[in-house]
Amino acid sequence: MTPAEIRDEILDILSEIAPDEDLSDLEDAKSFREQMELDSMDFLDIVMELRKRHRVQIPEDEYTNLASMASTVSYLEPKMKDIIKA
Amino acid sequence: MSTTEYDTIIIGAGMSGLAAGIRLAHYDQRVCVLEKHYTIGGLNSFYRINGRNYDVGLHAMTNFTEKGAKKGPLARLLKQLRFRWDDFQLAPQAGSAVAFPHIQLNFNNDIQLLRSEIATHFPTQIDRFDRLLSELIEYDDLKQEDFEISTRQVLGGIFADPLLIEMLLCPLMWYGNARQDDMDYGQFCIMFRSIFLEGFARPFKGVRLILKNLVRRFRELGGHLKLRSGVERIDVDSGHAMGVTLEDGTQLTAKRILSSAGVVETMRLCSDSSVVDVDRTGELTFIESISVLDCQPKKAGFDKTIVFFNDSDKFHWHQPESDLCDVRTGVLCSPNNYLYGDTEGELEAGFIRQTSIAHFGRWMELDERAYRQQKMRWYDLSTQAAAQFVPDFRRHVIDTDVFTPKTIRRFTSHDNGAVYGATKKQLDGTTHLDNLYLCGTDQGFVGIVGAIVSGISMANQHCLRSDL
Ligand SMILES: Cc1cc2nc3c(=O)[nH]c(=O)nc-3n(C[C@H](O)[C@H](O)[C@H](O)COP(=O)(O)OP(=O)(O)OC[C@H]3O[C@@H](n4cnc5c(N)ncnc54)[C@H](O)[C@@H]3O)c2cc1C
Repeated sequence: MTPAEIRDEILDILSEIAPDEDLSDLEDAKSFREQMELDSMDFLDIVMELRKRHRVQIPEDEYTNLASMASTVSYLEPKMKDIIKA
Repeated sequence: MSTTEYDTIIIGAGMSGLAAGIRLAHYDQRVCVLEKHYTIGGLNSFYRINGRNYDVGLHAMTNFTEKGAKKGPLARLLKQLRFRWDDFQLAPQAGSAVAFPHIQLNFNNDIQLLRSEIATHFPTQIDRFDRLLSELIEYDDLKQEDFEISTRQVLGGIFADPLLIEMLLCPLMWYGNARQDDMDYGQFCIMFRSIFLEGFARPFKGVRLILKNLVRRFRELGGHLKLRSGVERIDVDSGHAMGVTLEDGTQLTAKRILSSAGVVETMRLCSDSSVVDVDRTGELTFIESISVLDCQPKKAGFDKTIVFFNDSDKFHWHQPESDLCDVRTGVLCSPNNYLYGDTEGELEAGFIRQTSIAHFGRWMELDERAYRQQKMRWYDLSTQAAAQFVPDFRRHVIDTDVFTPKTIRRFTSHDNGAVYGATKKQLDGTTHLDNLYLCGTDQGFVGIVGAIVSGISMANQHCLRSDL
């Protein structure tokens, strides 16, 4: 997956978790916590969705990389580059 | 012989069991929910008599927050179960009250109303009320040690007027206190937030809408639901649950078991348990008197959503000393008095439901004829007691139904028909077995929203994380 495809995938996960949220003006550099008030249960859900959908494993001490869209995409890029987008 | 091995077996298809089932099935676990009764819902089911739909429990869903709210248990459960706010079609309450002799405090889903009522009726206590607001513990910060502090002691240290303490405790104990007389401070904080800071709401179609949403989602995700499948025994081998044996002899195996049957009830199911700590069993159970009116309740003068009343300055939260019921305190609720949307209109019939405290043992001892007579008698006594606090609606009544601790027991199998379960909660959900966990009422969160949140968090903590 390219960084743009990974970004789309994360958006898709976020819109599944929070279907009532308007994600069109999400700022990539700003934290999810601040913009969407995601809590620790939500972050765990992002991790589990990634595992369910793409078998990507994220160790607990690396969850902090998922703070914002920008940091998430750059963290996931090496892990997901060989995955073919369905 | 082939047996299916499940990842998780869940005991009970009430709110907590179904919610846990959805989480696990969503993450591709093989899950089976086993329910003893012929229908789902547990303490909060529904039924139909004489062509009318009745809810067993539902007065109100607590923890109401508006669409778009990002915090609080409702927002959390919607996200975790992947529902939209609109799926639950929640309409907020019209307005409620706590009524004691010669004094009434009104409240609604905006804490400012309660605050101004206290400022008016208890002018010397309003600063203290603000202090209480600032000292409430957050949902996520509750720990077992703080949880069990005496609420009466905490409030006694804040307020100087005992009447205000009783009036604040009355609705919170009514909607979620398993202990008699006093309340765990953790439970108080949970109930205070869920009732006064968040609030009451109801779907136009009642509890069936919530249950249908939950069960449909669970099935779509591939979960198995078996009704009329009471668990007779949890099969234990050296501190580990191997699976369950059902009442009809069927054996099922699983990597782990999550039980919403209650802490004492679950311990009793374990094949290794010789002594069960029955002291934990709750004693508080209720009768519910349902009146069907010939008009909308507000036409009969009853315009509140919920009224909590008590007939003296001291709130009576104790099982009846000598009789079948104690009607000195009660809760009246009209499901009609919610702010339903324009397209929904009004409920077809006028309903007023009243809950009173009852004694489990004495109701169970009655023979069939006495049971029917006592239901009628206590319907009359409870509505008569209510007439001191709300407009007398009795001449509008065209049909009635009463259900008792016996009914509650039949729907839930809970010891003593104890609606709020055991007196000591197990916040972390663990048991003496390394793969048997509790969820629902006895884990600590009560009510519909509480039970759903409990199912979700126990599923996350004990059944999903271990797979990560
Ligand atoms: C009269 C009344 C009014 C209420 N009003 C409200 C209200 O207005 N608002 C609100 O929020 N809450 C209300 N509640 C409380 C609310 O219904 C409960 O807190 C909530 O439903 C509890 O859900 P649960 O999943 O923890 O447990 P339960 O609903 O008790 O579910 C447990 C399930 O396990 C099943 N079970 C037990 N033993 C076995 C076994 N051995 N094998 C298989 N299955 C078994 C039971 O049959 C049951 O279905 C009310 C309750 C009552 C009784």
